[in-house]
Amino acid sequence: MHAHSNERPHYQRPLLTTPFFERSRFLVQTDAFIPWSGYTIPDVYSSVEQEYFAIRNSSSVFDLTPMIKYRIGGPDAERYLNRLVTRDVARLKPGRVAYAVWCNEFGHLIDDGTLFRFGPREFHLCTAERQLDWLLDSAIGFEVEVEEVTDRIAALALQGPTSCAVLKSLGLAGVETLKVFEIGRFRLGGHALTVSRTGFTGDLGYELWIAPDGALDLWDRLMDAGRSRGIRAIGYQALEMARIEAGFVLPNVDFISAARTIRLGRETTPLEMDMEWLLDFDKGHFNGRRALLKERRSGSRRRLLGIEIAGNKPARGALIYDSARASRQVGEVTSALWSPTCKRNIALAMIDAPYFTALEEFWVDIYLNRELRWERRVERARVVPRPFFAPERRKATPPLDR
Amino acid sequence: MNARYDHIVIGAGHNGLVCAFHLARRGRTVLVVEAGGEPGGAAVTREFAPGFKVSAAAHLLDALPDELLRDMQLERHGLSFAGRRLATCALSPDRAPLRFASAGLAGASSSDTAAFESFRQQMDRHAKVLDRLLDMVPFRLDLATWRERLDAVRLAWDIRRLGRRDMRELLRIAGMNAHDLLTEHFESDLLKGALAWDATLGAEHGPRAPGTVLTLLHRWALRARSRSNGIAQPAGGMGAVTGAMARAAGAAGAQIRTGARVERILVDADRACGVRLRSGETIHGGSVVSNVDPKTTLLKLLGPEHLETDVVRRTAHFRSKGLVARLHLALDAAPVFRGLDAADLGGRLLVSPSLQYLELAFNPSKYREVPAEPAMEITVPTVNDPGLAPAGRHVMSINLMFVPYDLGFDPQGAHNALMRDSMAVLERHAPGLGQKVVASELLTPADLEREFGMTGGHWHHGALSYDQFFFTRPLPGAAQYAMPVTGLYLCGAGCHPGGGVSGLAGRLAALTILKETGRADVREGGAGRQGDARA
Repeated sequence: MHAHSNERPHYQRPLLTTPFFERSRFLVQTDAFIPWSGYTIPDVYSSVEQEYFAIRNSSSVFDLTPMIKYRIGGPDAERYLNRLVTRDVARLKPGRVAYAVWCNEFGHLIDDGTLFRFGPREFHLCTAERQLDWLLDSAIGFEVEVEEVTDRIAALALQGPTSCAVLKSLGLAGVETLKVFEIGRFRLGGHALTVSRTGFTGDLGYELWIAPDGALDLWDRLMDAGRSRGIRAIGYQALEMARIEAGFVLPNVDFISAARTIRLGRETTPLEMDMEWLLDFDKGHFNGRRALLKERRSGSRRRLLGIEIAGNKPARGALIYDSARASRQVGEVTSALWSPTCKRNIALAMIDAPYFTALEEFWVDIYLNRELRWERRVERARVVPRPFFAPERRKATPPLDR
Repeated sequence: MNARYDHIVIGAGHNGLVCAFHLARRGRTVLVVEAGGEPGGAAVTREFAPGFKVSAAAHLLDALPDELLRDMQLERHGLSFAGRRLATCALSPDRAPLRFASAGLAGASSSDTAAFESFRQQMDRHAKVLDRLLDMVPFRLDLATWRERLDAVRLAWDIRRLGRRDMRELLRIAGMNAHDLLTEHFESDLLKGALAWDATLGAEHGPRAPGTVLTLLHRWALRARSRSNGIAQPAGGMGAVTGAMARAAGAAGAQIRTGARVERILVDADRACGVRLRSGETIHGGSVVSNVDPKTTLLKLLGPEHLETDVVRRTAHFRSKGLVARLHLALDAAPVFRGLDAADLGGRLLVSPSLQYLELAFNPSKYREVPAEPAMEITVPTVNDPGLAPAGRHVMSINLMFVPYDLGFDPQGAHNALMRDSMAVLERHAPGLGQKVVASELLTPADLEREFGMTGGHWHHGALSYDQFFFTRPLPGAAQYAMPVTGLYLCGAGCHPGGGVSGLAGRLAALTILKETGRADVREGGAGRQGDARA
């Protein structure tokens, strides 16, 4: 056995570090790192609350590098992706990004992600989970190249009301003209920098993509430029709070990928996830289309809804009932949060048929641990629109200077 | 969209013609488009040297059901037999041949002769269970319809009705290998080798591989369908059979266009609605029925963009590499086989002298190599049908096993070696044969693919093995002739019940299509059956 880590078999090696690790390791006070797709990233730098408020009130920097990235290119790339995902890729113009989901033959969700179109035949697909096997099986019969490029691209999410101002002071000329889901190409300190107006916070924000050798330079310039605008490196926990406020769903939290389920019936369809707006039944065939058409005709087994719950106790993992007696279970909470910005107790909830249409009011069974003593609260809840938090600055172009 | 035809059948092979016949007979307007210059697909007569003709692929007719002969009135449409109930001779380099005829087995030891009789009777009883399957659209395992439940009950009843001993025996041997089963029954290597030929033809393994008993039972059941004629030789070669079928389909009202190669199946709103020919011409139809193999139909003609990734993956994994090559010899005189008399020469001659010989002939194919001593099924069609060659001359038609699709780095070298070694084996049984050869043609599976468009050069469009059988043929979830795209059907050997010139798949496909597409539906281009993902 050799001492050098690279010589060890992969299952004995430590998690990979991202190109930003040198900086994040220096800043993390809590030693709270978590694994993500084979990398280690900060869970919390110093305080979740302060990091969260950086997202909503100033600027936050999140290391996005472990997000799985696939390059998909070739003459059939558009045709290939149109069969893969549920949206119409022909309508995605070069220089734009689209949120997309994809399914298996039963219409069961495999994953969601963002699809970047750089040119007529050139795409990137960013996903939560590795799934090269599915992408390659889907490529049978298409003239298309699919390769994982995760470790070739360092990525940061710069999110928050002052994020555009930070980028402008970096000297990215015209960055303020980027519309939501638009991609811009810039140069920064001798490196090519791709900026997309995308994010997972529901706020004004950008995602920055650069070759690994430009990563530290980008980080340092961002931190310098953002010092007077309250910039702060944030960990996963703060992002998770903003994610729920934005009403975004997370694989293996709000739904289980069909590639992972073991128990029958745990798979989830886009219709169940309230994603009908993502389904383009008129574009021609796509994976799962026939099953989803059938489900649309015959009705879904359940539906994901946004709910607001009385009180201020987060309803994590709570069961949902049809009455205060809490006898008939009609669903469960998948993600929950006391929203510091909305000042509301919010949750994403999966409600069974027929209750997701039949009922307007639910009862949520919340367990609280108060100094080691468990208490139970059955709180009233009602369906509310998603996203829970949708500031105008998210879409304003150009964003206000702050 | 105005459909010019109710149904367009791609490929005028025997199954395509049988399917077209049944559709046309029920008043449907049917167009059959065939890429070749004449109907027949791979079931054609081929002039491989000036004046010398053979059946290009299958050379014997042993599975054509009496019902089909009668239904299509093939004899009225020109089919005649040069030989019926042909005997089989199993050749051995060092002993007298064994003869299998309607009268029974001759030339074997008394114990083998008795064992063969009881084996034959037992196989007959077992084959009856498979016999019902031959006329059954495979049911789906969820048994969603009453028809499917009834079929399943009938099948279970057939097995139960065998009685306890036979039922136990059938369940015991169904997944077994032919080597072990035959060794249980017989002592003679020559007898075992000859029976094992039928257990491996169309499979993808040697006789020691599990599942080869199923292949044997399948062939046994198919042969039982050719009640009146047994193993027969059509006069004029296999082209005469498909020629008669084409005339029968035509008489029923189907149109047949030859020289029309389909390049693409057209899809509109997730429904097959016609075909585009290589010439650019498009033809619209209410549904499209493909006699082409499943891989070509789904992956090339239809295109993966119309299919689920899961379905494409399963289609790509459908095992369809053939292991049978064709050797055609033109002879300037009748061959003389050691130990055979003139009457034997008109029958079916097997060079498969032992299980070990057959297994060794199979082994090299695993390594993309050709066998040094191939196994053979030989016919001399000119004995019964002199018109296939100039006067006084002969042709020899040989199935060679096991020849891989992929011949490795030097296909031409392998081709030459196979030719040389095959002649050496033949010379052992028919001394002086080499001197009589005036022309020859060797078609390996790769050549057959090129010639007839069958993926992998497999005559059965895909191996007939347990996992590609009945409700998993060609694919689980798409084994009922209807493909996942509405309005697209398969009708060829890639579907249940598989290969052999029997027309059974074509007939079952037609019955399915007739049931699923009412005329009103076809005319209005209505929604029809919605594709579903039921597996």
